[in-house]
Parts: sequence; structure tokens; C-alpha cells
Amino acid sequence: MGSGRLYLAVAVGGFRRYATYRAATAAGVFTNTVFGVILVYTYLALWDEKPHLGGYDQAQAVTYVWLGQCLYATLAIQGGGAEKDLMERIRTGEIAVDLYRPADLQLWWLAGDMGRALFQMLGRGVVPFVFGALFFPMALPTAPTAWAACLVALLLAMVVSFAIRYLAALSVFWLMDGMGVNQALMITGIFFSGMVLPLNAFPGVFGDIVLVLPWAAQIQMPADVLMGETDPLGAFAFQAAWAVVLLAAGRLLQSAATRRVVVQGG
Amino acid sequence: MGERYALAEGLRAYGLIAGMWVRSSMTYRASFVITVFGNLVVTALDFVAILLMFAQVDSLGGWSLPEVAFLYGLSATAFGIADLVLGSMDVLGGRIRDGSFDTLLVRPAPVLAQVGADHFALRRLGRITQGVAVLGYALVTVDVDWSAPKVLLVPVMVVSGAAIFSALFVAGAAFQIFAQDAAEVQNAFTYGGTTLLQYPPTVFGKDLVRGVTFMLPLAFVNWVPAAHVLGRPYPVDLPEWTAFVSPLVAVACCALAGLAWRTGLRSYRSTGS
Repeated sequence: MGSGRLYLAVAVGGFRRYATYRAATAAGVFTNTVFGVILVYTYLALWDEKPHLGGYDQAQAVTYVWLGQCLYATLAIQGGGAEKDLMERIRTGEIAVDLYRPADLQLWWLAGDMGRALFQMLGRGVVPFVFGALFFPMALPTAPTAWAACLVALLLAMVVSFAIRYLAALSVFWLMDGMGVNQALMITGIFFSGMVLPLNAFPGVFGDIVLVLPWAAQIQMPADVLMGETDPLGAFAFQAAWAVVLLAAGRLLQSAATRRVVVQGG
Repeated sequence: MGERYALAEGLRAYGLIAGMWVRSSMTYRASFVITVFGNLVVTALDFVAILLMFAQVDSLGGWSLPEVAFLYGLSATAFGIADLVLGSMDVLGGRIRDGSFDTLLVRPAPVLAQVGADHFALRRLGRITQGVAVLGYALVTVDVDWSAPKVLLVPVMVVSGAAIFSALFVAGAAFQIFAQDAAEVQNAFTYGGTTLLQYPPTVFGKDLVRGVTFMLPLAFVNWVPAAHVLGRPYPVDLPEWTAFVSPLVAVACCALAGLAWRTGLRSYRSTGS
């Protein structure tokens, strides 16, 4: 069995695991739609006061809101993806089983999380986005290439999102409890991904800083690629660079962690 | 005896269970302090969003920063109190799914008190703290010609608002008895509600404002009374006296939520596991 097939199977497993809870998915769709409506109105009021804030017009601001709602669960912006299970396995010592598997730890969890992300996007993200497009004026491209480019940006965003959360999860090898780390993930995720406000609308130097942090790869980049606000190749390079750096950091931390792992009991 | 006795009994049970959860969280004191702080920061992000917006503009929907902060402080404080008292009710769906809800039914204490105090988390004080802080800032900076009724309206709003949000939590819990996996729908009304009320009503579409005034009377948490305090036009052109009916609205909401809870409880069927 080729190792490619193994990770594909893990990804499919991640997808199916989340696809099982249909009522929960429907509830999530409803909640994301309600929050989208509330956010759209506040953004419209803001852009009414200051047209072209951050280089967006009103339709683009609305598009940003609905893409954000679409990606909220997909990219586990406030946590709750693979890292949650991984932390629990490290805490309980079950991680030892994972380390014994003839598979790469990081790739294994990446594959599972990609499966989860794909399901969250299709099952939970698409409906609010379509709802937004039906009831509010949005700046959507007509060219298929723009949609294809956005899809690439989304895949890269999923990898960056995983890489950040993987690093956080590994810290539990030293901390033993993920509560504080999860809170930090939630705060940084919501704020620096641009869930509260598009990053290009942040004021001054602060705005320049948040645009180069890895979280900018999550919602801002796919949104800008979709609406033709940035060069797709430049955006891909930015996302890929952070993905490589963070995954490499994850590898380093992983090897440091597994060298010191001591599993209790027998 | 009767109703009053049941109420006293319920409060006593609530106190005992909540006390137990507090003692258990106090075992890890450092962790507790960190989570209170974390809760404060997470919930403050909403206000940071408003501050970021006002870094770019002078008014939102025609309202100034102190006025929006007034709305925010009232909404966040009222919601924070309801969240502290009943906010853990979202674990009810899980209890129904795994069958442990049955245990609560056979105990000699009101079920609502047990469910409300389940996983009581003092860390939720973080949300109240930041809500009160923003409200304090608003009260100091806002340009209002204070009169006795206006001063009195502030605590009335906080208490009635907390009661209205509590009713929402109880109604949400009743809903979970029917739709166990769909607990997140409740968040749209509770967390969505408090987020909505943090912004001026002028920001939102007319139908949405009408909906949260007449169908789900969230507007009485702060929008209507605050419009009186700030001398702003009332949402959906309500008459002048409606600024003072929030306590009545709160009582009506609690009564309806109580009915919903009883109906839900009566129709409960165990998973059998």
C-alpha cells in the first residue's frame, strides 16, 4: 500500500467522522448565517461612514463577511479541530500508540484535519455563503479562473491553519494541559485572522503588522484572491512560505517532544 | 408550602451544586486565575472590534463611541450575568445523548436547578467584569442630562436584561430536549443576541429590528430604554412609555420559558442507555 493511499484514507476518515453529525451541522449552518447577517449590517454601517475603507467597497466588505462565516469552522478559527484530539491524546498518553504507527505523525494529523476542513467547508460553509450571495449584494467574480485561484488559496489556508494548531497542540507535551493554549489559540485566531474586522481595515502600523502574520493567510488572502484584490501568485507564495515555515517548526518541536516522551503505566 | 417552598428548595439545590463546582475549580488555583483572565480577553474582543471601527470613523449608524459603549456595556453585563447563572446549559444536549440526564430526573431536587448549576463556572466572571468596565467607561464619557428616572433605568436594564437572556437560555435548554445534537442553534440567539445589541438599532435592517422587538423582545434589554436615556429616537417608533416596560417583558419571557421547559421535560424520552 502506497503511503499516499494511507493518508488519503485518513483524510476520508476525518471527512466522514464530521459528516456523521447532520443535526449539529445544520445547527452550525444556522448559527453562521445569523452571525453573518449581524456582521454584514455592522460592516455596511462602517463602510457607509467611510467608503473604500481598506480598499474595499461595500459589496466587497459583504463578500468578506460571508467568506469569513464560510471559513469559521473550516479553518477552526477558534480551535476545535485536530489539535483538540491531539492534545487529549498527549495528555492521556495515547499518543504512544500514534508514535508506534508506521506513519508520519505530522502527516497523519494533517490528513485527518484536511478531511475535517473539507467537510466543514462543503457541509457547513457553502450554505451561509450562498445565503449571503442571494440576499446581499456581493462582489463575486464571473471568471472561473478567479474561483479556481480562490480554491488553491483555501487549500493553502487549511494547511497554514493546521500548522499553527499543530504547534499549539505539541506544547501539551510540556504543559500537560491544553486549556491555556486553547484559549490563546482562540484569541489569536479570532483576532489576527480578521474575524472581527478585515485585516486591511485595521488602522495604521498595526494594520501593516497583522497583514504579514501567518493568520493573514487564513481569511484575508483567500478573500483578496477571490475578489481580485491581490496577485494570486503572490498570495500563494505568502501562504506557502508560512506553511513551510510552520510545518518545519512543527517537525522540530515534534522531534524534541518525542525524544522526551515517557508514557505512564503499562 | 407549594410554589414558594419549591422555589426555595430549587435555589438551595442550585447553591449547593454551584458551590461544589466552584470548590472543584478552586483546586487548581493558577489555572482558575488564567481562565478568568482568558474569558475576559476573549469576550473583550467584541469591544476591541468596536474600538478598531471607531479608530476609522467618528460615528456608527449616527451613534458616537460613548453611546455605542453604553449599549455594549449594558448588553455584555446583562448577558454575562445570565451566562454565569445558566450559561452551562449547553451541556444538556450531551447529557441527553449519553443518558446521564436520567440521573438528574430521579434526584430529589428541581431539575432546572440541577441543569442550571451543572458545570457552574466562576470563570464567566471575566465576561461580567469587562462588561461592567465598558459600562463604567460609557457612564463617565457619555453626554447625558441625568435625571432620577434615567439613573434608575441603568440597574433596571441590567437586571431585566439578565432575566430576558436567562429566559433565552432556559428556552434553549427546552429546545435541546427535542433537538439534542442541534445545541448550537441556541448560540445564534444567545451569543448572537448579545452581539446584535452591542450595536445601535439604526445599523440594522427594519425587519430585523422589528423581529427583535416584537417576536423575540431583545430590544428591551437595552435598545429601547437606552434610547430614552440617550435621548435618541426609539426603534420602530415605539411610544415614549415603552422605555419602562423592560421588567414586565422580562417577567413575561421568564413565564414563557418556564412553560417551554415544563413542556420539554414532560415530553422527554430517555435514550435507554
